[in-house]
Amino acid sequence: MGQALVAHAVEKRYGAATALDGVDIAVGEGELVGLLGPNGAGKSTLVKIACGLVRPSGGRVEICGAPAGSLEARRAVGYLAELFRFPGWYDADELLALHQRLTGSGGDKSERDELLSLVGLTEARGRRIERMSKGMQQRLGIAQALVGSPRLLMLDEPTSALDPVGRRAVRELLEELRRRGVAVLLNSHLLSEVELVCDRVVILLGGRVVREGRPDDLAKPGGVDVETGSGVRHFPDAGREQAPGIVAELVEGGESVYRVTVARSTLEDVYIEAVGAPPT
Amino acid sequence: MAGYALRESLRRKVLLVVLLLTAAFLVLYGVGTAQVYGEVESFALDEGEEVVDARAIIGSTLVGLSMFATLFLGTVLAVFLTLGAIRGDAERGLLQPLVVRPLGRATFLLGRFAGAAAVCALYVILVFAAAVVITGSIGDWWPDRLVTPGLALAAGVTILTGLSLLGSVFLSATANGIAVFMLFGAGLTAGLLGQVGEALNSPRLESVSQAAAWALPFEALYQSGLSALTADIGGVTGVVVELGPFGGAQDFGPLLWPWAVVYLGLIAAAAIVGFRRRDL
Repeated sequence: MGQALVAHAVEKRYGAATALDGVDIAVGEGELVGLLGPNGAGKSTLVKIACGLVRPSGGRVEICGAPAGSLEARRAVGYLAELFRFPGWYDADELLALHQRLTGSGGDKSERDELLSLVGLTEARGRRIERMSKGMQQRLGIAQALVGSPRLLMLDEPTSALDPVGRRAVRELLEELRRRGVAVLLNSHLLSEVELVCDRVVILLGGRVVREGRPDDLAKPGGVDVETGSGVRHFPDAGREQAPGIVAELVEGGESVYRVTVARSTLEDVYIEAVGAPPT
Repeated sequence: MAGYALRESLRRKVLLVVLLLTAAFLVLYGVGTAQVYGEVESFALDEGEEVVDARAIIGSTLVGLSMFATLFLGTVLAVFLTLGAIRGDAERGLLQPLVVRPLGRATFLLGRFAGAAAVCALYVILVFAAAVVITGSIGDWWPDRLVTPGLALAAGVTILTGLSLLGSVFLSATANGIAVFMLFGAGLTAGLLGQVGEALNSPRLESVSQAAAWALPFEALYQSGLSALTADIGGVTGVVVELGPFGGAQDFGPLLWPWAVVYLGLIAAAAIVGFRRRDL
């Protein structure tokens, strides 16, 4: 698998403040990586460096083999900023047409039709952006990021303004993109969402990578809970393999067993352990 | 990008406001011109033999005043179309989705400039032409040169557009608007100083005024345009004609136009370097 994004020893300083302090991450082609961390951890800065919006103070970032910020790298990237706005006087179709021209995608109406359909805005294609809800604008932002079929999509809080149905739609969209081989770097505070769709997660804290891996690998065994006639009994050191033996022992001792749960720590547990606080 | 900027210029309400104000200005200008010529004609008949060409004095004075008003309105338009083009739009999140596209920051900047400058230059040419036609049709006086004053105004607002765009790279929208209007005011003050210097026969004041006009060539262009209005008027009328306000009619010679081009080039270079170094 080739690399869609490689960041090596990336540093960014704003005067005396350090936003990134030697970050190394990689996103493979077709891989969906979640970027987590509290406010000020450097997530948005890293994404902006990868997009060429911010210049690193040190290190290097490559997009599909080209230096971040170069025209070649920009051709490979789709980006949705956390705080974005589109000119209110454009309608959805005009905005996508503008980005088709800027991208040099050569895409025509059929590409716009497909993108608008993908984000559920077909009926609103002629509506002015200033008359769209925040959620609709966010979905349009995702469509805009997909113009030109980018090989790497960087989404900064793409679901922050969406309702649960919209979030699920974005989740399905991300899974569809993965099937198509598009690499995605997803910056989100919604841990449950990241856990559901991401192949890997990277947790940043104070400009450094403090945890990285597959969500399942990061999670730790949390013991076995057994619901019996006399209440729930917790076996903190047990794992999946020990569960049948525990049940057999309880039944042999005259207990009625109603339910057995093999507990594992969630991504939220991993996150809190890594950064020392719940997501903000 | 120029097309985007052009559409933005045309669809923003600022243009509508300026057009309404311009219509009001031209109506008032027409009424005022008719009044003045009415009074002057009765005055000239009473005098019997004309020593000076009252029609030329009044016509050139009115068109000169209209040039000042046109330059001012053009400056308002230029400033409001560009004052937040870079930093302001970046702070609002409008810029990032466009800048990540593979077109280069210099191209983006020059496109924004081309769109705004085209609108402003066309605007001042049309308003100047309207003022000339109103004056000519009511007072039967036409400027000695038509193209030079129109082009001087267009070049003047083009430079102001460039200055405003340059300021937008470094300053917030409000600070930039204030800065550009202060520069505009500085140019006017320099012109006024020159007039005062001429009246007091102070070569030093006149030198200061000249140096300031070269440093802020929109003022030199405005004065050259004024000068071209009455380029062929001689005799007592030529002595009496004193166009203004804020800078008398003065021909800055053949080097002015190349200097204006070089000046614009320097503005563009500074803006491009500043924009390339700016984190968004």
